Amino acid sequence: MTEQYDIAVIGGGNAALCAAITAAETGARVIVLEAAPKAYRGGNSRHTRNFRCMHRGPLGPLTGSYEEDEYLDDLLKVTGGRTDTELAKLAIRTSEECLPWMQERGVRFQPPLSGTLSLARTNAFFLGGGKGLVNAYYRTAAGLGVDVRYDAPVTHLEVDDDRIAHLDYTHEGAAHRIAPKAVIVAAGGFQADTDWLARAWGPAARNFLIRGTPYNRGVVLADLLEQGVEQVGDPTQCHAVAIDGRAPKFDGGIVTRLDCVPFSIVVNKDAERFYDEGEDVWPKRYAIWGRLVAAQPDQIGYVVIDAKSLDLFMPSVFPPIKADTLEELATAMGLPPDRLRATVEEFNAACGDTSAFHPTELDGVTTTGLEPPKTNWARPISEPPFYGYTLRTGVTFTYLGLKIDDTAQCSIGNRPVGNLWAAGETMAGSILGQGYLAGFGMTIGTVFGRIAGREAAAHAS
Amino acid sequence: MQADFLEEARRQAQICNACRYCEGYCSVFPALHAHRAFSDGDMTQLANLCHNCRGCYHACQYTAPHEFAINLPQALANVRHESWEEYAFPSGAARAFQKNGMAIALAVVAGFALLLWAVRAIGSAGGEGFYAVMSHTLMVAIFAPAFLFPLASIGVSLRRYWRETAGGDLRWSDVVAACRAAASMRNLSGGHGDGCNFEDEDRFTHARRLAHQAVMVGFLLCFASTSSGTVLHYVFDRPAPYGLFSIPKLLGIPGGVLLVLGCVWLLDLKRKADPALGATGARGGEVAFTALLGFVGFTGLALYALGSTGAMPALLVVHLGAVLAFFLLTPFTKMAHGFYRLTALVSDAARVRRAGA
Repeated sequence: MTEQYDIAVIGGGNAALCAAITAAETGARVIVLEAAPKAYRGGNSRHTRNFRCMHRGPLGPLTGSYEEDEYLDDLLKVTGGRTDTELAKLAIRTSEECLPWMQERGVRFQPPLSGTLSLARTNAFFLGGGKGLVNAYYRTAAGLGVDVRYDAPVTHLEVDDDRIAHLDYTHEGAAHRIAPKAVIVAAGGFQADTDWLARAWGPAARNFLIRGTPYNRGVVLADLLEQGVEQVGDPTQCHAVAIDGRAPKFDGGIVTRLDCVPFSIVVNKDAERFYDEGEDVWPKRYAIWGRLVAAQPDQIGYVVIDAKSLDLFMPSVFPPIKADTLEELATAMGLPPDRLRATVEEFNAACGDTSAFHPTELDGVTTTGLEPPKTNWARPISEPPFYGYTLRTGVTFTYLGLKIDDTAQCSIGNRPVGNLWAAGETMAGSILGQGYLAGFGMTIGTVFGRIAGREAAAHAS
Repeated sequence: MQADFLEEARRQAQICNACRYCEGYCSVFPALHAHRAFSDGDMTQLANLCHNCRGCYHACQYTAPHEFAINLPQALANVRHESWEEYAFPSGAARAFQKNGMAIALAVVAGFALLLWAVRAIGSAGGEGFYAVMSHTLMVAIFAPAFLFPLASIGVSLRRYWRETAGGDLRWSDVVAACRAAASMRNLSGGHGDGCNFEDEDRFTHARRLAHQAVMVGFLLCFASTSSGTVLHYVFDRPAPYGLFSIPKLLGIPGGVLLVLGCVWLLDLKRKADPALGATGARGGEVAFTALLGFVGFTGLALYALGSTGAMPALLVVHLGAVLAFFLLTPFTKMAHGFYRLTALVSDAARVRRAGA
């Protein structure tokens, strides 16, 4: 032990940096322990791009107003009521003062991106995305004298008599032990630990892709839960969406999304359809498709479109598989060719009048007499060349986490852990039981990062 | 053009097009997002629109060691340099000088030698001042073609560029919009107005933007100074030398100072910048060219300061030799970027106009 720190922040993403900056601004000596190397610093925040923000009038890049009640309603809709309303309100209310706070610490916003104008009122977009935000915060933290260790995974926190006595981490091949006055855990969920995911979900989870950082392995979370620190959230729950099946195992991020499902038919590896592809617009259905694909054999789906639909959706990172006949497409994708043809012909025969087709609205162009039906955008797959994509389940984050109170403090039983706070994904289960609202993860991270930083600094001083 | 540079840039552009997080940084991204597939001409236009501000690189979640290995600043820089070599006329000259600092240095020495030979062999016809060393007629005989040839060469190149990148119809308003963007170096402002990333990883500063504008404004002032001298000589029959409060000097002295300081600043920034985000192997050529430009400015100032001393004849030979090399190399060195960049900005202004129409 060479240096005495007031506060150790475990993690290196948005919540960790908001906590570190807030604490350092009070004069506290802060060390940030980031498990990832510098090139991968920032956890899942690297992949984010916006911040959902309450505002009572135009604020920064945000137009109009977005008041507490509407924000809360939007949240309750996606969580199906599985929400800690008081903590959610705290996050929502505090978000308004966060936006200027972020700007003062180097975060830059931009007008909403093409294709996301529907979020112009509710979500502030980071210029350059989440990595730009993370870069700005690291610069700000460095200016405040925060020490940052990269490649520094924390292996153990010693809980002793309702407080953290010390913590162990490794750095540059050596084991280190420090005993800071306060500890803030902002180290994300456990989704990158495939074994843990498989224990919670069953063996199917081994075929899931992880959309974000490979460094969120839940080591600190597991260590604290084993020592009795209070947990929250359903361990079998994770936020998952359907993404391009060719995406990398980790860190594929935004570019692996595939928006073509509503214009397609989706079959499993037996070339059979299994769900209504046209149930709703894609942003409202991609999460459901994550679960649907997870339930199929080998956890894979195959999307088939024809030439007339190719330009109706955002380009994706991998070009589609292309073939002049359905049989060739089936062969190229490893599907039984005769079965795919039979499925497509059955689907095409069930399509009716397509003159009302409208790609961006629920157009009611539906199949008749088909099970399962396709209730919108149902046009025959008939115009070669044919295009195919694979779909796999991509996990965004897990809900199991540390239970916190409105000061972001952790507890054992009914007693607070005197010097332990948590922020970000690692405690998001305290607010979100299921579902997800775009940009709310960054809101939780920013709001509770700042609270944790403030409380930990007050404790340490 | 080297297919592998184009292919690599195209691969990266397709990833960028699926992400779109960088839309706010500069003109490249809105232009990129307007495409679904990228032709060679599309890539060339995007490459010449890119100012190498590096904002997108530092914000990118897919840079190495990520397997997508995005490095768009370098990918576009490579395509850009290739395009200058391909469109140059004659193209062999660009291949010789574009990335080769030693070749540029040798060309400068050749410029000195030519001037020295001209002074020795032909010399003056009994003029005064500079013209006592070298007659005005001889200067014009050497520099008129040395000035007109690059202009013609660049004209040929830009026509090729416009054709290959499918520039399309053009309006005066597009040219005005492009000149505005160049005058403010809007594409080095970072979109947020904090500047660009260049000399210190992801830190945004205005250093490169200001240094570049010092060079550009300084160069234009020097150019205006020379032009005004030409007008005074031929139209008003007032040959050099000119006094301190003459138009050529009022333009030339601040111009020379800006040019020299700007070049020194740019070289210092370039020294600190990561070469892995620029065109592969281009650093030597760029450094030599910037040094030559600064040297032209410096010797011009020296000639003014020491014009009435015994050092004048030697300085004149050195200055004019450097100017000669600079002019002749313009289409084949980094200097060409200004012409392509402005053309790309004009083309993009036309694209934006058409998209908005």
